[in-house]
Amino acid sequence: MFSRTTADQLAGVANAQAVKGRSLWQDAFRRFIRNRAALISLVLLGFVLVFAFFGQYLSPHEPDFVDFSLRRDIKNLGAPSIENAHFFGLEQEGRDLYTRVVQGTRISILVGVIGSLVAVVVGTLYGAFAGYMGGRIDSVMMRIVDILIAIPFMFVIILLLVVFGRSMVMLFVGVGLISWLDMARIARGQTLTIKNKEFVEAAVATGVKPFTVILRHIVPNLAGIVIVYATLLIPQLIITESFISFLGLGIQEPMTSLGALISAGASQLGFGTPWMIGFPLFFFLITLYAFFFVGDGLRDALDPKDR
Amino acid sequence: MSDPILSVRDLRVTFDIKPSGAWPWTPHKSLQAVGGMSFDVQPGECLGVVGESGSGKSTIARAICGLAPVTGGDVLFEGESLLSMSPEARRHHRRYVQMVFQDPLAALNPRMTVGEIIAEPLITHEPKLPKAEVRKRVQDLMERVGLLPNLVNRYPHEFSGGQCQRIGIARALILKPKLLICDEPVSALDVSVQAQVVNLLKELQKDLGLSMIFIAHDLSVVKHISDRIAVMYLGRMMEVAGAEALTSNPRHPYTRGLISSVPVPDPVLEKSRPRAVISGELPSPLDPPSGCVFRTRCPITREACAGERPAVAQVADGHLVSCPYHQDNAFGDVVQTA
Repeated sequence: MFSRTTADQLAGVANAQAVKGRSLWQDAFRRFIRNRAALISLVLLGFVLVFAFFGQYLSPHEPDFVDFSLRRDIKNLGAPSIENAHFFGLEQEGRDLYTRVVQGTRISILVGVIGSLVAVVVGTLYGAFAGYMGGRIDSVMMRIVDILIAIPFMFVIILLLVVFGRSMVMLFVGVGLISWLDMARIARGQTLTIKNKEFVEAAVATGVKPFTVILRHIVPNLAGIVIVYATLLIPQLIITESFISFLGLGIQEPMTSLGALISAGASQLGFGTPWMIGFPLFFFLITLYAFFFVGDGLRDALDPKDR
Repeated sequence: MSDPILSVRDLRVTFDIKPSGAWPWTPHKSLQAVGGMSFDVQPGECLGVVGESGSGKSTIARAICGLAPVTGGDVLFEGESLLSMSPEARRHHRRYVQMVFQDPLAALNPRMTVGEIIAEPLITHEPKLPKAEVRKRVQDLMERVGLLPNLVNRYPHEFSGGQCQRIGIARALILKPKLLICDEPVSALDVSVQAQVVNLLKELQKDLGLSMIFIAHDLSVVKHISDRIAVMYLGRMMEVAGAEALTSNPRHPYTRGLISSVPVPDPVLEKSRPRAVISGELPSPLDPPSGCVFRTRCPITREACAGERPAVAQVADGHLVSCPYHQDNAFGDVVQTA
């Protein structure tokens, strides 16, 4: 047992400054750094993000400018070239493909990230609240989720886009509506195991209010699994958005997304212009794989026995 | 005697148990974890509670803290009923009764630093306190419980079990509570650390004038720290007496069995001493025996035990036994010093 004097002596030997502890987050970060594939993916993802948000400054062209001089013969004149600064060539309407891909990547990532942010905020709070309250409140809240999950969401999104017109906002609403459901279930399941831990009881016994208990004790302990799920949700949403755009329902001209670009490129496959599908597809795949590997790495880093 | 700081009156805690695979309309079974306990805690006193696993010791603690559903009886804190208070008043009152938990690590949020954990009750009840003051109080208290104050920014998983329990104790003491409930605070620790923590608690109790309820299943630990000891069996009180009286002169057959089961660290003595062995298992609390709950394992049981619940008999001043036949010395002389 530390008597008071030994404690004093030790405190004197160790400097009087408070020692910095290593949080579980820092532990997880170390494990993540050691995962080669995840680290490379994170770097790649960084490049894709820089490309998506600053790529347009590299090109003298505007994404909606139609180059009529080259449009006559896109197959020969519109191929990728450094000289006329059409790095990725022209697309079928005669616009610069490079700036279009930059714009498309940006929109696709935005859809994924915003959709999954909605899922994280709404889903986590909803699930944690339902799980913590338990009993009838829990039953009702989770049955609502069950009912919503039973609706085929692709139908809902397509209907939303058809009925209310095709717009970015509608796309976000549609994606946001469905993306939080799984998250709510996951968060609730985890909450059920956390809420019986003694540290939650300790907080309740001291008189911490229920909502504070959820925010201070439940949610931070959910964070690991939520982050993993969110990073895996982003590519899923990108795929969803691309699929809808591929059907011609998603993003509207003059805006574009990777799905719309791939769709357009695919329609030109027979005319000897492979760059039209190649470049969007390349960025699509890179983004997806990077997100998946980062998500996997995060899972390995955050999950293992949690302490 | 002065007014008790805590009075528990005929407290009952019943849990609803849903049989597995039941239909929604199947009647639930009820598990009576605590079936009518009454006791008082005097200011500055340490009441030990012993009993085997499943006897409802922890449930009592949790019920007093409002963590378990109370289905009957009352808990009075300084004469005020805790159970009939409004939730807001109850929350405010929680600062006077704090709890130390059994599993030292599980009782600390792994995502919070030690400083944040200890400060939480303080921030909850005195939100306007300046940060520097909170930090100062936390560090003073850490030093008081034998932790280096410069470890405030560490996380619980960086500490040993004994240190974690000290953190738990510090958290319970930061609000300067009047009553500290220790729910098996040392049973998860190894013996040498147990002694340190028990001595720390004893010291703190004396210095701060705390009242304490100390729950354990280890009679020797309880005897060391308690002024009075209550013996529980299947959610009922069997015997209450001063620590010395209970260990040297146990009256209830269950207490006698319990005391004679404490091993003596001397093989010769251990072999030769008479033993009152309690055979059998604890009956299921889903279906407790009628009358005296101990009758199924009692060496001196008789037919009358199955009828009424035994009345509480006063053997000496402050020595209560809930067995009408406690004079019957079927064990022979099993008195020994634990």
